[in-house]
Amino acid sequence: MDSIPILKIGNALLVTIQVDMHDQLANRLQEDLTTRIVQHRARGVLIDISALEIVDSFIGRMLANIASVSRLLDADTVVVGMRPEVAITLVELGLGLPGVKTALNAERGLAMIGGVDGRDSTDDADDD
Amino acid sequence: MPTTTETLPIKMGDDIVRVRQRVRVRATEVGLSLVDQTKLITAASELARNALDYGKGGQAVIETVSEQRRGVRVTFCDNGPGIANVELALSDGYSTGTGLGHGLGGARRLVDEFHIDSKIGQGTTVTIARWKR
Repeated sequence: MDSIPILKIGNALLVTIQVDMHDQLANRLQEDLTTRIVQHRARGVLIDISALEIVDSFIGRMLANIASVSRLLDADTVVVGMRPEVAITLVELGLGLPGVKTALNAERGLAMIGGVDGRDSTDDADDD
Repeated sequence: MPTTTETLPIKMGDDIVRVRQRVRVRATEVGLSLVDQTKLITAASELARNALDYGKGGQAVIETVSEQRRGVRVTFCDNGPGIANVELALSDGYSTGTGLGHGLGGARRLVDEFHIDSKIGQGTTVTIARWKR
């Protein structure tokens, strides 16, 4: 079965969605991400949707679900690279994606999560 | 060339992708702006998924209109149970399935023309169109 690659960058996981998502692929991505968040103690998930020409309520729901589950696992989700026409359409569709953080690009998204500092996320206890 | 039509089946998830691709090709050909294309394709995606998830599948008829107005019209027919209360189904937040409930009302806002005809036990037909500005 197809799956979407998940890359680890510092404390974050990066997912780039480049294909038209169908149900099984979306479900598989949610499951893979939750496993990897726990496995890598990731503090954040970056979802790059710059390749997506449209986001309908199915994809919107997937993004919202990923954000909710990640939050329960103590990881922030940032959706990056949304095209302007997609943003206009989403708002008109009635999907403002509340609860989903966004950034214009992956660099800013990483900064929101806490950046790439190369530390293992378990070291973060030092900050307290 | 007044109008040309093509009919696509909606029987599985991949068919939704195909409907989106064909609507995009026609929307580009007819000269819709990028925002207009995106709105039309998103509405088509919502309606194709409705037909598949709630309407037991059906078909989409995609039509290029190039008479006085230029644009693309898409008609979705499903073989589902029909919608008892169409007005309610068009309101935001309505959903009988697992969706966010924005499908039908949201799709209506994204297009210039929207007609829905539903008969209990016979299925639902939705027609949408977006015109070149």
